[in-house]
Amino acid sequence: MAMLEVMDLKVYYGMIQAIKGVSFEVNKGEVIALIGANGAGKTTILQTITGLIRPQNGKIIFKGKDITKMPGYKTVGMGMAHVPEGRRVFAHLSVLDNLKMGAYTRKDKNEIEESLKMVYERFPRLEERKSQPAGTLSGGEQQMLAMGRALMSKPDILLMDEPSMGLSPIFVNEIFDITEKVSKEGTTVLLVEQNAKKALSIADRAYVLETGNIALSGNAKDLMNNEQVKKAYLGE
Amino acid sequence: MSLISYLLNGLSLGAVYAIIALGYTMVYGIAKMLNFAHGDVIMVGAYVVFVIVSGMGFAPLIGIFASVAVCTAAGVIIMMVAYRPLLQVSKLAVLITAIGVSYFLQNVALLIFGADTKSFSSVVSFDGFSLADGRINVSGETVVTILACIVIMVVLTLFIKYTKAGRAMLAVSEDAGAAQLMGVNVNGTIALTFAIGSALAAIAGVLLCSSYPSLTPYTGSMPGIKAFVAAVFGGIGSIPGAFIGGLLLGIIEILGKAYISSQMADAIVFAVLIVVLLVKPTGLLGREIQEKV
Repeated sequence: MAMLEVMDLKVYYGMIQAIKGVSFEVNKGEVIALIGANGAGKTTILQTITGLIRPQNGKIIFKGKDITKMPGYKTVGMGMAHVPEGRRVFAHLSVLDNLKMGAYTRKDKNEIEESLKMVYERFPRLEERKSQPAGTLSGGEQQMLAMGRALMSKPDILLMDEPSMGLSPIFVNEIFDITEKVSKEGTTVLLVEQNAKKALSIADRAYVLETGNIALSGNAKDLMNNEQVKKAYLGE
Repeated sequence: MSLISYLLNGLSLGAVYAIIALGYTMVYGIAKMLNFAHGDVIMVGAYVVFVIVSGMGFAPLIGIFASVAVCTAAGVIIMMVAYRPLLQVSKLAVLITAIGVSYFLQNVALLIFGADTKSFSSVVSFDGFSLADGRINVSGETVVTILACIVIMVVLTLFIKYTKAGRAMLAVSEDAGAAQLMGVNVNGTIALTFAIGSALAAIAGVLLCSSYPSLTPYTGSMPGIKAFVAAVFGGIGSIPGAFIGGLLLGIIEILGKAYISSQMADAIVFAVLIVVLLVKPTGLLGREIQEKV
């Protein structure tokens, strides 16, 4: 059974239809990439899944439960974490306080401490800067913080929105390496990216989004060799 | 010697402004709206005490508790009925609705209690003391008001720093969407903020009317506007800013009345606001709005 299932999703912004009936699924343990150009609707899909936006039509099933109409803040407690586009760290809170906000829905203090240790192991730079306001971090560090913050909720599925945006190539590689590690340790990942090459290199399967529709889907390796994808998204 | 008396009176009035300003600034920080009906909640709080203590003869403490309870409920109801449906739509619509709520509260009070001034009996039974061989008299109301303000400030700061609900408030005030992604119930947090702000307004109303004992349906209006000025003066959205802004405003007003002109005092208060905003548009402790890259 799919961990996350999106069925015939339609989202409008006023009169404009941003998502025109999108369906896809994410199985446990997979890394799924949603790729597509600017304005294709990638971010809208993620925001609809986590309840920041309400769809006009369609269903979102997470772990067998219909979450389409659930208040957005409850999805975190069910095991869904979202690393938003543009990172959206709490700029005036310290790095540590940001990470603690990530564990907002969790109760057990010892377990939270454990997660904090794990996040620091994975992102040593965050530990070095734990008392610094998050707004003073560099873009790459903020991306790490946003990821660390999401991992603090101990998610079953991690939704990542354009993690490579605006980062230097070194940071991009680091972020993708870490995403791969997180997935190997058992977290399912749904990755939205404009950097199709990078996304396909770590994904199991991928969906190609074009102006609100899924144009192509399949195995990530096959898509990488697909002429259409090569031309439109890989710049080859 | 009279300067010290003026300063104490100014601090006392400023403490009331500060308590009201805390409500303004917290609601602004979290819901990004100016609740112009906040001042009238003060008046509601004062009438509740008036009815329960002067009318029904209960002890002042019971009156204060009832007042806090009624105002907390009123604040949350106002938020849910009048503001919540509009919060996502348009900031201007919320602002105008708030002005409407303000008139609504004033007119309800007018309907129930009439336009005549009620004489409010102080809830403070402590007589105060005098210093410097009786040349400076410190009233019980002054002492209680200043102490109450300090206690509220300390408790509020601890609450925001060390409780989960407090952290949620900080997170919502920075980025409500991101806070929701952390699992924060944003609407619940906004409701809690209104509840705290309105409870503080009740306390401010009781303290204000204990020092200045005439109560009309318009009692909350001017202090509400002054407290708004105090919040902007200190930096709207900043809790220490509201505290400092309130105290300074009270002192400026009383000194202005004493040394310049009692008719001009309000004009001086607003002139100070204009000067501060010209020099530092974010207010004394307000943060620069950071451009996100």
